[in-house]
Amino acid sequence: MGRVSLVIAFFVFFAGALLARAVQLQVFNKDFLNHQADSRHLRTERISAHRGAITDRNGEPLAISTPVDSVWANPKELAAAADRVPELARLLDLDAELLIRRMTRSMDKEFLYLKRHLNPELAHQVMALKLPGVNSLREYRRYYPAGEVTGHLVGFTNVDDDGQEGLELEYNHWLAGELGSKRVLKDRLGRSVENVASIKSPRHGKDLSSSIDLRLQYLAYRALKSAIQQHKAESGSVVILDIETGEVLAMVNQPTYNPNDRSQYSAERYRNRAITDIFEPGSSIKPLIMAAAIESGRYRANSTVDTSPGYVVVGPKKIEDSRNLGRIDLATILSLSSNVGATKIAMSLEPEQLWQTMARFGFGSLTTSGFPGESAGLLTHFNDWRKISQATLGYGYGVSVTPLQLAQAYAAFGSDGQIRPVSLVKLEQPNKGERIMGSETAAAIRLMMEEVVRPGGTGDEAGVAGYRVAGKTGTSWKFSAGGGYSEDEYFSVFAGLAPASNPKLAAVVIIDEPTGDLYYGGDVAAPVFGEVMTESLRLMAIAPDALPEGGHGTLAQAMSQ
Amino acid sequence: MRFSDTPQLFSGRSEPYSNVGNTLQRLHLDGPLLGGIGLISALGLVVLYSAVAQNMDLWIQQCIRLFIAVVAMLIVAQLPPDLLRRWTPWGFLAGLCLLGLVLFKGDIGQGARRWLDIGIRFQPSEIMKLAVPMMAAWYLHERQLPPKFLNLLVIGIVITVPTVLIAMQPDLGTSILVATAGVLVIVLAGLSIRVMILLGLASIPGGYVLWQFMQDYQKQRVLTLLNPDSDPLGAGYNIIQSKIAIGSGGLFGKGWTNGSQAPLEFLPERDTDFIFAVMGEELGLLGVLSLIGLYLFVIGRGLYISIQARDTYSRLLAGSISLTFFVCVFVNTAMVTGLVPVVGVPLPLVSYGGTSMVTLMAGFGILMSIHRHRKLLPH
Repeated sequence: MGRVSLVIAFFVFFAGALLARAVQLQVFNKDFLNHQADSRHLRTERISAHRGAITDRNGEPLAISTPVDSVWANPKELAAAADRVPELARLLDLDAELLIRRMTRSMDKEFLYLKRHLNPELAHQVMALKLPGVNSLREYRRYYPAGEVTGHLVGFTNVDDDGQEGLELEYNHWLAGELGSKRVLKDRLGRSVENVASIKSPRHGKDLSSSIDLRLQYLAYRALKSAIQQHKAESGSVVILDIETGEVLAMVNQPTYNPNDRSQYSAERYRNRAITDIFEPGSSIKPLIMAAAIESGRYRANSTVDTSPGYVVVGPKKIEDSRNLGRIDLATILSLSSNVGATKIAMSLEPEQLWQTMARFGFGSLTTSGFPGESAGLLTHFNDWRKISQATLGYGYGVSVTPLQLAQAYAAFGSDGQIRPVSLVKLEQPNKGERIMGSETAAAIRLMMEEVVRPGGTGDEAGVAGYRVAGKTGTSWKFSAGGGYSEDEYFSVFAGLAPASNPKLAAVVIIDEPTGDLYYGGDVAAPVFGEVMTESLRLMAIAPDALPEGGHGTLAQAMSQ
Repeated sequence: MRFSDTPQLFSGRSEPYSNVGNTLQRLHLDGPLLGGIGLISALGLVVLYSAVAQNMDLWIQQCIRLFIAVVAMLIVAQLPPDLLRRWTPWGFLAGLCLLGLVLFKGDIGQGARRWLDIGIRFQPSEIMKLAVPMMAAWYLHERQLPPKFLNLLVIGIVITVPTVLIAMQPDLGTSILVATAGVLVIVLAGLSIRVMILLGLASIPGGYVLWQFMQDYQKQRVLTLLNPDSDPLGAGYNIIQSKIAIGSGGLFGKGWTNGSQAPLEFLPERDTDFIFAVMGEELGLLGVLSLIGLYLFVIGRGLYISIQARDTYSRLLAGSISLTFFVCVFVNTAMVTGLVPVVGVPLPLVSYGGTSMVTLMAGFGILMSIHRHRKLLPH
C-alpha cells in the first residue's frame, strides 16, 4: 500500500470525524444545546411593585414607600470568592463569621438575602465589589411620616411589603401592587447584563385616602398623652367622628409605638384599643337609656322619677346614688348621673325594647370599619337577662362596648336619630344613616346632655368656649381578673358632641385606670374632650353657636341655628 | 499508487502568466497556498474581533503578530531547500541547547518553564516543531527507503530527546506535536504497516507508563473527556460550555458578535484555545464548514507540494509540515467539540497568540520554497 493512499485515508478519516461531530452538535443536538445555552444566561427576575401610599383625608402622607435595594447572593457562586466575604460583610455591617455560617447553611439554595432594605447608594457600593453571585434587588420600604401618632390606625407591613396590621392589612389587596417579571441576560458571575424583555410589567398599588384628619389626630394624640401622664393611667383612647358622614376623623390610643422602629415590639403597645378593646360604659350609657324610655312612650322629656331614698334594692344588690336626690326629671338624672333614676327607668321598660334599642345603637355587633381584630363588644340577649341584668344595664354594667361603638352611638344623637355606619377611609358620599329614634327624641336627649356640660353638671370641664356641647360622663369600675369589680380601678369616660345646636363632631375619651386623686370621668376624661373639641372645632372652621350677644359670631350663630 | 493519481485541483500549473503570477514567481511564493492562508487568517481576525469582545488593542496586536509571521514566511521562502538541508543538523543542535537552557534558566509562566529571554522572549520548543522533522528528513535523505530498523532507532532518539525535554517543562501539547511531526516523517518514509501495528500495540504498555508520569491535571483532562458530566462545574466545565456554544449556533449561527456564551463569559479561553467554539456559535455550521474547508484546502495543497517535490528531504519535510498542520487543526477542533482530551493546542492562524504563528508561517515558507525552487534543482 502506497504512502499517498495511506495519507489520504488518514486525512479523510479524521476530517470526516470532525465534520460528523460538527453536524452532530449543530444539527442534531442543536435544540438541546440551545436550551442549555439559554438556561445559562437567561433568567427571569421579579420586578417589585410600588405599594400605594396611605394619606389622611387632606392628602398628608401617613404611609409611603421609598425605593431601597436588597442585596442577595447565590451562595454557591459567592463561595468561589470566599476570601472576599469579610470585605463584603464589612460593607454590609454584618459579622463575617455569621455570614459565612449562613452561606454554608444555604449551600443547597440559589438565593440568600445578605441584607435587605439598604439605601441604594450602599447597594451600589456592594455591587461595585463585583463579587460572583451577588445581586441587588429593587424593593420598597414603608415609611410612616406621622410615626406613633397614626401607628395603630395605619398599622405596618412586613419586610416583604405585606400588610400586617391596621389599614395596611385591611386594604392590603388595594395598596399592594402585583409583581412583574422580566427576562434578563446574565453573565457567568450572575450580573444582569441586559434586559431582554418584560414578561409582565408590575401593576403598582393604588393609594388609599384614609378618613383621618391628621391635624385632629395630632391634637387628640397630644391631649391624650398628657392626660395619661398626668393621671398615671394605664392606657386610653380618643375617637372623633364626623357626624354627618360617619368618617373617623381621629383615632388615637396610649400606649402606642412607632411603626418605623419595629424593635420596640410588644403586643401591649400594638393594639388599636379604640377598636379592639372593650369596656363597660358605666354612666355614659344613660343617654341611650333615656332614648329607650322616651321611644317606649312611657316617658317624656319632662317626666320625673322619684329617686328617694337615694338607693334601690334589686335582688341581693343595693344600687345607690351619692345622696338622696328626691324626685328629679330625666335631664337631672343625666346631669347628676343618678344611678337610682336610670335603674328605675330601665326596670320599667320591656326587656325586648330595651335590648333592641341597645342593639340598634350598634352594641354587640361589629361596626363597618372592617378593621382587623375589631371587637363586637358584648350585649346579652334579653332572653338570657335576669332581673339584675336589666337593672345594671341602666347605669352601664353587664354590657361592653368599644370606644368606637360608643362614639358611633353618640353620633346618632347628633344626626337627628339616625345611626350612621363608620368609615376609616375617606368617603365620596356620606354613609347613609338608619333611623333608630325620632328626631325629637334625639333633640331632647341632646338638650339633656347639654345640662351635663353646663356649670354644675358632672361634665362641665368638657365645655368649649363659644360652642354648645352635649355629652355624658362615665366612671366604671373595672371588672377584675379575679372576678367581681375592683374597688379602686376605673375607666373614666366622656362621650359627647358639638356644636349641640347643629352637631358636626362626636368624640369619645376613655382613660383606663387613672391612679391619682381624680378618677371620675368628669375630672379625667372630660377635660381631654374639652381640649380636643376646642381645637377641632376651630380647625374644622365650624361656626360657634354660643357666642356672647353682640359678639363677632352673631351672624355665624344665626346661620348655624 | 503513484503521484500521478493525485487530483489536479491543487496544481499550480494552470495558473495564468499574469503580473500577479510573475510577482509570486519572483518571490518564490505559491499562489493557492498563499490564498488559502490569507483567507483563513482573514476569517480568523473576524472571529477574533468578536472573541476579544471587540477590544481593538488586542485585535491590532494580533494583526501585528500576523504581519511578523508573514514576514518570516517571506524570508524562509527565499531559502532554497538545499541550503535548509545543509543547515538542518546545526539548527537541530542549537534547538536542543536552547531547550536545555530553558530547563535551567527559563522564565516561569502559568506553572510551566517554557520561555527563554535572550534579547527577545520566545519558546525554544517552537523551533523544535520544525527542527525535529527537518532533522528526521535530513537523516533519511541519503538513505534507503523504507528505512532500516537501525535507522529508525536513530530517528527515534532524534524525536524522543526534544520531546522529553519539552514534556518536562511541562508542555504536553507542544511535545505531542513535536513527536507527531517526527513520527510523520517516518510514516511518510514508508514504515511498513506491520511495524506500525506493532508500534501501536507497544503503545498500550507505553501509554500506561506515560499515565504514571502524567501530572494530575493532565490525568484529570483525560478522565474528564471520558465523562465530562462527572464534574460539570469543575474540570468538565470547559468541554460542556464549548459544546453548548457550538451546538447552540445551529446551521447559520447567532450572527457575528451576537453570541451569548462568549461575551457573557460562560465560555472559557474564548480568544485562545476555544475560539473555534465562538465561531461555531456565531457563524454556525456554515462558518465551521467554511473554515474546515479552507484548512483542508491548505493541507491538500501542502501534500501536493510534497508529492511534487524532487528529493527525499523536501518530500518528507513538506509532507510532515502539512500533516502536522492538519494534526494541530484536528486536535484543537476535536478538543473543542469534545472528541479528544483538552490539550493546550491553539487553533492555527485563528487563536490569539504569537509564537506558534511565526513557526507556522515559517513552515509554510518552507513549503513554498520547496515548491518554487524545485525547477532550479537538478533532478
